[in-house]
Amino acid sequence: MSAQRFFDWGLRLYIGLFFVYLFLPLAIMAVATFNDSRFPTITPWNGTTLKWFAELWADGRMWAALGNSLLVAGGVLCLAVPIGVASALFLTTVESRAKPFVYGLILSPLLTPGVIIGISTLIFWREFGVSGGTFLTVLGQATFISAYVMLMVMARLQRFDRTLERAALDLGATPWQAFRRVLLPFLKPAILSAAVIAFLQSFENYNTSLFVVGYDTTLTVYIASKVRTGLTPAVNALGLVLIVITILIAVVYELKRRRELKPKGV
Amino acid sequence: MFRQLKARFGAPVAMAIAGILGIWLILMVTLPQLQMIDYSLRPSLLPAEIGGPKDGWTLINYVTLFNNDIHLSIFFKTLWSSVLVTSLTLLVSYPLAYYLAKTATPGQAALCLLLLIIPFWINEILRTFSWFILLAFRGPLNEILLTLGLIERPIRFLNGDTGVLVGMVYAYILFMVFPLYNAIESLDGNQIRAARDLGAGSLRTHWRIVIPHAKPGIATGCIMTFMLAAGSYAVPALLGSPGSRWFTQIIYNWFFEGGDWNQGAAYAFLLLILCIGFMALVMRLFKVGLADIAK
Repeated sequence: MSAQRFFDWGLRLYIGLFFVYLFLPLAIMAVATFNDSRFPTITPWNGTTLKWFAELWADGRMWAALGNSLLVAGGVLCLAVPIGVASALFLTTVESRAKPFVYGLILSPLLTPGVIIGISTLIFWREFGVSGGTFLTVLGQATFISAYVMLMVMARLQRFDRTLERAALDLGATPWQAFRRVLLPFLKPAILSAAVIAFLQSFENYNTSLFVVGYDTTLTVYIASKVRTGLTPAVNALGLVLIVITILIAVVYELKRRRELKPKGV
Repeated sequence: MFRQLKARFGAPVAMAIAGILGIWLILMVTLPQLQMIDYSLRPSLLPAEIGGPKDGWTLINYVTLFNNDIHLSIFFKTLWSSVLVTSLTLLVSYPLAYYLAKTATPGQAALCLLLLIIPFWINEILRTFSWFILLAFRGPLNEILLTLGLIERPIRFLNGDTGVLVGMVYAYILFMVFPLYNAIESLDGNQIRAARDLGAGSLRTHWRIVIPHAKPGIATGCIMTFMLAAGSYAVPALLGSPGSRWFTQIIYNWFFEGGDWNQGAAYAFLLLILCIGFMALVMRLFKVGLADIAK
């Protein structure tokens, strides 16, 4: 069995290296925030400073972009959550020969490059005299984020026991009451986690937004433009803040999800 | 179709579902794509000329690409590099996915999955930017290689396609790991043990048992990675140089520097065809359907 053990150790070494590869660049970026150097790097180390946080705080355009990103994310939530839930309900209810076609259409935004979604949104709305800005950013992003919401809601819907619905109807509930009191409460956790994912997807989106933001720059687009022109470790400071917030959300989300997956009681 | 919705939810909810779905699929998904194709088939005209004798369908915007050697070579480089990124990503992800699904204890797997998910939540721009710092001319990687005496002069990693390829593998790897992991996880461990007991070596077990079972996952991962790589704007913009432009950058320039949207629409449509073509090829090679991909 020594060949097998050799294989296992090799695999373990590989996993270790992989995680170094995954985290080292992010760690270096974080550490570079504290280096007193005009260009973000860790070599050479010019002394430890917090001044890049101060510079970031004083950056008015950054705050404007942040405000825009939050506005866009809010708009995307308002569109993508209802759309995602509606398509999941449609797909789990309807049986028809047209269904595979509709299903393909619903999935297509996930398989289309983000730049194409941005471009087609921009071109389509030009016909109505709407040019790039917050409104188009919301529409462009919601086009594909809705499909993500659909997948997440769908995963939970498939575990729904339809006899519960029938029981409610037999006991005299109207279809609306059965929907409102039985199905929606069952879907609530999936809708909430889909909303979290949709928010982050929107906040982080670059490829689609790039084409439709116009002058209403979002934070991600702003970061990218800063990297290319006017790069200072203030960008790292912003990155670090965003990473810390993201990790907090991710950990809370994961813990919550795992608690839900565990069977309740014994 | 509507009757089934109405029977389950009642007329108001059924109408809301149909209405919302209709607006999304028609107004946001289908019509914009059709409009883009229509744009790509029309010449770029002055506002006064629209509707005039010059306004009509033409293939002129597509001919431009085939007459422009630079754009054509960038198109094929994008195709070739995206295939390379996809293969590299598959190669790097497979052992990891196998370890997570079959070798690791449940505790180890849970920890690794959490560690994998964290970078996945972080902005693509920031992940790419972190490589920009690492690979910089006077950055940490060059410094380490110099100190170790492996190189005599710093290397310009960001001055060609190397940085772009490395950054893309890094940015999209998790779109490969998760489908692979899900597919391998559903394989019954007894099949692997049976193959071993019957005398198959590690490589043979993978080739004959694990990989055939993981086909839908491999297909999904490859399709997603290729689409993300070919459609990436952030990675080449941040880690590339003017000499290593990506096709998406050419498209962007048509829109915002050349000011020729019709030309840009034609290039964008070609990029879309490229992705659809790759997807169709992979689905045929691996004999999987759309339903397998959405899992």
